[in-house]
Amino acid sequence: MARTVWDSTVGKKTVMAVSGLIMLLYLVAHMLGNLKIYFGALEFNEYAHWLRTMGEPLLHYEWALWVVRVVLVVAVVAHAVSAYQLSRRDIKARPSKYVHKKARASYATRTMRWGGIILALFIVWHILDLTTGHVHSGGFEEGKPYQNVVDTFSTWYGNVIYIVAVLAVGLHIRHGFWSAAQTLGVGSRTRDRALKGLANVLALLLTIGFLAVPVGVMTGVVS
Amino acid sequence: MKLTLRVWRQKNADADGAMSTYEVDGISPDMSFLEMLDTLNEELTLEGEDPVAFDHDCREGICGACSLVINGDAHGPERTTTCQLHMRSFKDGDTIDVEPWRAAAFPVVKDLVVDRTAFDRIIQAGGYVSVPTGSAPEAHATPVPKPDADLAFEHAECIGCGACVAACPNGAAMLFTSAKINHLNVLPQGAPERETRVLDMVAQMDDEGFGGCTLAGECATACPKGIPLSSITGMNKEWLRATAKGAGR
Repeated sequence: MARTVWDSTVGKKTVMAVSGLIMLLYLVAHMLGNLKIYFGALEFNEYAHWLRTMGEPLLHYEWALWVVRVVLVVAVVAHAVSAYQLSRRDIKARPSKYVHKKARASYATRTMRWGGIILALFIVWHILDLTTGHVHSGGFEEGKPYQNVVDTFSTWYGNVIYIVAVLAVGLHIRHGFWSAAQTLGVGSRTRDRALKGLANVLALLLTIGFLAVPVGVMTGVVS
Repeated sequence: MKLTLRVWRQKNADADGAMSTYEVDGISPDMSFLEMLDTLNEELTLEGEDPVAFDHDCREGICGACSLVINGDAHGPERTTTCQLHMRSFKDGDTIDVEPWRAAAFPVVKDLVVDRTAFDRIIQAGGYVSVPTGSAPEAHATPVPKPDADLAFEHAECIGCGACVAACPNGAAMLFTSAKINHLNVLPQGAPERETRVLDMVAQMDDEGFGGCTLAGECATACPKGIPLSSITGMNKEWLRATAKGAGR
């Protein structure tokens, strides 16, 4: 009865855990990089340019960035496909609901699926807004991320979309990080409190860190 | 005590079911929940109606036969089996909803009785140890460290009632399967089949149509025997270890 990792519910959860942790690592780096916006346009734009020259002269221009992008796309697709397949399975495994309804599990746990869909939609908008500029509100200029960010967060909908997504990411990580630890078998009764604490701290720091950018623009600190 | 019961009635596996309302009077707070249902059934029988079918056997909380989702909770409001749940947990005049375990892998047979043989097949896939029969082995030949023995006992407490599946929003059997795997995998007697056990039992669990784990934790909250949620973590660890060793090939 040998199975591949992909054929097993436990295996698919492992794929979700690993891809989730890769994305989480990226989010931490992304959030810290974003905060450079508080050091002014010059430093922020230089930092953005460095992301493209990273690894030179060993690597060519943008190679390192493309490696990161490919890894992220693989992680996002693996995460989403396993989430979809596992969710389909879960819904099929519980076809009839109880007549007596009860609120089950925590808010973060119950919102994992919808939160994930919101995040997937947000990623598309986010890339079209600040990487390619297709849906950008101002005059999008490549190589001028500081002004582009200020433009986005000068619109009400830019702020709303972003803040909703950041809150969703916080909730997602709160349950997801701890769950990944359980899936990968590193959780234990003695470590449970530490892992839950770490999940909450990570979720909170990422939420605050990401929110700092639109708040900076809205308050005029970043302009 | 006078109670209003709303009970799931379903003639057979293929029929559509619905909640039916019954009034029961003269219920003592010292009765168990099953004795209260016995009282209802006696009345129904006298009225010439079909009594409510429900599973029960030992009625002392050790066999795992009784089930019932009571007011949305598997085995009701107390952390015990339905047979050990007493009517003092309810108030006079209460309306109580009684439903069967709900899961695709646990189809309703009649009323509140569900088919739990999926669990038997998971056990058959690896929930055993292969030992040579014959004379009893020397007890000290296989030392078991105390913490391992305690862990094995904790998981061995699982009575296979299926409350974990009933409580799980995904109809998953992870807590049951993990309890059975951890119980044997931690012991030296279970060591020869350590890898095949976890791989085969998880594969069987998937084949039965149970859902996956989303770490909601409802199973461990509902478990009348207090199998901890960390049991599932232990199973995942064993599964990854066996997969990494290539034991499934």
